[in-house]
Amino acid sequence: MADVDAVVVGTGPAGATAADVLTDAGWSVVMLEKGANHLLDLEPPYAPRGHVSNDEVKCLTRHFLGPDPFLEPRTFRHREGEGDRIHTGGVNNLPSTVGGGGFHADGKLPRFREVDFRARTGLGPVEGADVVDWPFGYDELEPYYAAAERFVGVAGDHAGNPFAAWRSGPYPMPPGPDMYCARLTSEAATGLGFHPYRAPTGVNSVEYDGRPACNNCGFCAFFGCPIEAKGDPVAMLRRALHTGRCEIRPQAYVTEIVLDGSGRQARGVRYLDADGAPREVSARHVILGAGAFETPRLLLRSGVGNPDVVGRFLMYHLQTYVLGIFPFRLHAYRGRSVTHLMDDPIVPDAEATRAARDAGLPYFRGGIVEHGGGSHPVVEAMYSPWGETHTRLMLDSPMRDRMAAFTMQGEDLPQATNRIDLDPAVKDVWGLPAGRVTYAPHRHEAACAEHWAPRLEAVLRHAGAQSTFWITSPPLENARGRRQRDPTPISRHVMGTARLGTDPRTSVCDPWQRLHDVDNVVVTDSSVFPTSTGYGPTLTLVALAIRASRALANLAPLTSSRADALPGAPPSTR
Amino acid sequence: MPGAGPGFFTAEEREVVAAACDRLIPPVDAHPGGRALGCADYIDGLLDAFAVDPPRIWAGGPFSGRAGGDARFDQFLPLTRVEELAWRTRIEGSQGRPDREFNGPVRGWQEEYRDGLAALGPDFATLDAAAQDARLEAAPTLRTLLYQHACEGAYGPPEYGGNRDLAGWRAIGYPGDVQPRGFSDAEVERRA
Repeated sequence: MADVDAVVVGTGPAGATAADVLTDAGWSVVMLEKGANHLLDLEPPYAPRGHVSNDEVKCLTRHFLGPDPFLEPRTFRHREGEGDRIHTGGVNNLPSTVGGGGFHADGKLPRFREVDFRARTGLGPVEGADVVDWPFGYDELEPYYAAAERFVGVAGDHAGNPFAAWRSGPYPMPPGPDMYCARLTSEAATGLGFHPYRAPTGVNSVEYDGRPACNNCGFCAFFGCPIEAKGDPVAMLRRALHTGRCEIRPQAYVTEIVLDGSGRQARGVRYLDADGAPREVSARHVILGAGAFETPRLLLRSGVGNPDVVGRFLMYHLQTYVLGIFPFRLHAYRGRSVTHLMDDPIVPDAEATRAARDAGLPYFRGGIVEHGGGSHPVVEAMYSPWGETHTRLMLDSPMRDRMAAFTMQGEDLPQATNRIDLDPAVKDVWGLPAGRVTYAPHRHEAACAEHWAPRLEAVLRHAGAQSTFWITSPPLENARGRRQRDPTPISRHVMGTARLGTDPRTSVCDPWQRLHDVDNVVVTDSSVFPTSTGYGPTLTLVALAIRASRALANLAPLTSSRADALPGAPPSTR
Repeated sequence: MPGAGPGFFTAEEREVVAAACDRLIPPVDAHPGGRALGCADYIDGLLDAFAVDPPRIWAGGPFSGRAGGDARFDQFLPLTRVEELAWRTRIEGSQGRPDREFNGPVRGWQEEYRDGLAALGPDFATLDAAAQDARLEAAPTLRTLLYQHACEGAYGPPEYGGNRDLAGWRAIGYPGDVQPRGFSDAEVERRA
């Protein structure tokens, strides 16, 4: 007899969503989280803990949300030929605390488009990459997207984006206030033929689900919300706790998935508790929501999952930052960090198609462009040189208060050589091998960034910027004059390391996100993404987790029909 | 409050730190320098974080009281067992202890500062600016650490001991933490 119906590894949006659905279906759930709990009391009425604050020192330089790179180092190299590693420390660290990756985000929650689920058949292969279709399409996922938007609480304008996929209903909340800086850049973008729209954000614009409207404090990304105006991840966790069937155990580091004698079924997991003592939870099902870095690391050290594929096809987004310095102040420290997006680089125009052909590629798949700006002064100060220049720059603030910033989340094509595996020497504080990233972007990503960056610079100049420049993360290896110290990708969008598919030889999870070889283990995080698309992964991974968890609990599939689609924005003529 | 107790620095070291912070973040126009901003207090509070319990690592929340609500930033948060291990190692060094050396020995900030300040010289504060800059140039390890900490001290929340009288934020026209008041929709949307 198992202790619980399901043990969930990780309390971020993936694990939280699974716990929400399964406890609602009557299941008993234990959630194991390696980090500490700063989010909410674990006893009724599950009040906020009050640890989260507008504190740049705590959150940006002192690893408050974890993981501390001393305790959990990660390693990085571009390719095998470089040796065991070229970097040890933080690599795309998403928070490891109760609430997980949801903490770090400013909550932009766009859906993918129809074509994103059939890139191979709809657009074709790309040499040197393994572009595949997803095993289901947008129409099947639509009702789960709608449910995900209700679960988290998303504010947005359904008629704003001419490139958006069809929707069965409006957003649960109207959009919040537009940031001044984004209004400037949006107007300029429209003037140059782009299609900016008000971003769907998982941030309350009105009171929702018992949580207050956002009051625009400006400390979104990397801080966590002190007033719970952000739904991800607290909404799902609190609902699960209120059923009385969910227990969250913080400081519980899962070391291993335990299989039964047949090797085809999981019996539960082993973990180390806060004192480092070994424990075990037995469960009918094991749900992995540890994120696309830690999930494959756990599978690899447990020897579970298709060994030829686990950890491979690691994808980020190639982030292109296009920065403009304005002759006046933009106060981008007020508001929800990013209030406008545009999808234009995702939907190639004739010029982009020609540029792709010239680069020897069948097409460009860029990414969503976020209209943002500078934020807070400790980071600004550390990027400035020391001496008199420091103080003059801080007074003038070209890199914070006078800066507008576009971030393009360029689609990262899947390559088998990009992977996470176990470092042969570096260990974590629990004595287990560190996760190691081997990653270099495909030339598609670099060519795409080179194409779009100057066009986005033109938008910033049109908006009034007196100077502009651009950089990427990871740095383009052939970039002249743009040398950056850190070779690792900054992107916290980590995907693909336990990919979905119908063929057990070429994928790790089946279309219901169960491991092909151990079918009572379900992966609910972005590890399962077969392709990265040019959109942030969170809403899609929540939608997938709802779908997979409902199927696991034998609940009826959610349905919607394209025939009932909401009238959207007038389609672009592109 | 940080800096109120004996602290980590000797009186002589504290003077060198204050003088060095005034070169890294010099006073310009109405912007005070690192000395007047209390950067040395910030760094001393960090190096001596474990003199108090909970240690001065993570300020509390959710509010400071500066924009309404109860003032809670000065109630520091307790660390877990491994978090304490990380911060003690970072500050004190690994000191040959196996639990701190799972990836090899770690030199702590206390040692970096003690040795680095000695290299800057006990007469550092008495030198002219050009001579001070030359000594800072010659001590890149300390300078890098000191600059990071000086920036945190100058522009971080004052509960960590720096940003004295909020002078760092005031000088650059930055409001600092604003919860629970936040900003009005008009303050977000309009130019001013």
